Amino acid sequence: MNWPAIRAIYGFEMHRAFRTLLQSIVAPVISTSLYFVVFGAAIGGRITSVDGVPYGAFIVPGLIMLTLLTQSIANASFGIYFPRFSGTIYEILSAPISAVEIVAGYVGAAATKSIMLGLIILATSALFVPLRIEHPFVMVLFLVLTAVTFSLFGFVIGLWADGFEKLQLVPLLIVTPLTFLGGSFYSIDMLPPLWRAVSLVNPVVYLISGFRWSFYGHSDVNPAVSLGMAVVFLIACLAAVAWIFRTGYRLKS
Amino acid sequence: MTPIIAIANLSKTYASGHVALKRVDLGVRQGEIFALLGPNGAGKTTLISIICGIVTPSTGTVTVGGHDILAEPRAARRLIGLVPQELTADAFETVWATVSFSRGLFGLKPDPAHIEQVLRDLSLWEKRDAKIMTLSGGMKRRVLIAKALAHEPRILFLDEPTAGVDVALRQDMWRLVRRLRDQGVTVILTTHYIEEAEEMADRVGVIAKGEIVLVEEKAELMRKLGRKELTLQLHDRLSALPPALAGHPLALSEDGTALTYTYDTKAERTGITALLTDLAAAGIRFRDLQTRQSSLEDIFVDLVRDRA
Repeated sequence: MNWPAIRAIYGFEMHRAFRTLLQSIVAPVISTSLYFVVFGAAIGGRITSVDGVPYGAFIVPGLIMLTLLTQSIANASFGIYFPRFSGTIYEILSAPISAVEIVAGYVGAAATKSIMLGLIILATSALFVPLRIEHPFVMVLFLVLTAVTFSLFGFVIGLWADGFEKLQLVPLLIVTPLTFLGGSFYSIDMLPPLWRAVSLVNPVVYLISGFRWSFYGHSDVNPAVSLGMAVVFLIACLAAVAWIFRTGYRLKS
Repeated sequence: MTPIIAIANLSKTYASGHVALKRVDLGVRQGEIFALLGPNGAGKTTLISIICGIVTPSTGTVTVGGHDILAEPRAARRLIGLVPQELTADAFETVWATVSFSRGLFGLKPDPAHIEQVLRDLSLWEKRDAKIMTLSGGMKRRVLIAKALAHEPRILFLDEPTAGVDVALRQDMWRLVRRLRDQGVTVILTTHYIEEAEEMADRVGVIAKGEIVLVEEKAELMRKLGRKELTLQLHDRLSALPPALAGHPLALSEDGTALTYTYDTKAERTGITALLTDLAAAGIRFRDLQTRQSSLEDIFVDLVRDRA
């Protein structure tokens, strides 16, 4: 294992986040706070509680997931896309490092950043609403699993994209809608039966539901199923990355 | 001695159908400065990219220091430092950070003393905390060289190192390359300038249309390039060379109206004075004369035509 190389890539990526502190940390925190103001204070005043949880607190796990998903994808996709775009990828390709080490460096850094963001948002939300975390271990497990999985997904997008437009395409057209429709701001039990059934094909529903269970002990779907689905996504993303490196797709001619 | 880089039967056809390399065989000796000379699009960068692991070969094998680049990529790549042709560097990073990053990428522990030495050698020490985007083109080129030297490679590739580079940097670079050679580093550089090869290289390989058409000691190649032809347009047709001129390396054109004399410009005597004296003595008069030096392009053209 080429540990210095993993450390170099990881350090480079983390440094990039701190260099662009406003964009990578402050911006997501501000946008989350806005969600709190709009959904928590304005709308939440009319919806008193969901499943016995005050609405403001109810949306916290969903908000963290929303940030985790979008930031993992944004960070990891940009991290690998930019060297391809600028040409500095030559150095990564010509260095004595394996695919596993490259992925560990880039995805590890992207996941670290989104976990940090998730924790910052958790801390921020504690200022607004009363929080309780019934299953902290499961909470951390979901946090890490989701961050790693979607950083891997972002990494795949960063390799697939051949322009900045494509880089934005998947997050904007697929991930954001799925997250909003995945029960970030409501329980899918509140939906009519037809839309409830439709929601169950949305993978994000399982993540948010499981994550919310770790907070309040109540979920839309069985938390074990949620965890199982999270692992399935992880394996799917790992398989995609493995395929890319085996074939050299978009990396080598 | 086994070559430090051994290339056998190497071909590359890109997905577009473009054939960049055709069955290339080449050996680079340890510790030499090898210049790969060829016009644009000849396959120089493709060849380097394959050796460095950036492009996958279609057929053939490459070993670096005895390690096959596909079977043992780590061992092979550790030996190599690459300075690419394009000025691609992390614009927002500092010089120090990007050079240290390169060292880590190649699996080495941080060594600030070595990085400092490399930066000083390249006159980059004063700029170590500057962001790369604030540097001039020449300075960026130095940064790329520093990155390639950060992991103490045994082999250094310089792809078109002097493209867009001023005289001061060019001289610094050649000084550095000589010093690296003295330390036992093998240097392979690509160029399309004959002067560059002439100044630096121990051996020269000529590549054209994806084929290595010639590999020669520089001195030998320069001797060929140093040849000149003197053509005399005769006043009267000759049917054969007069015996009085047999001592000169002369060729009579087929129609008998021109004499061609080949000589070495670098020799102590060109023999031209003696030739003209003998011509006058033989009563051969000429209307016009012209001299012509064979250029690298001529050699390319000749070599490629010979193989067609």
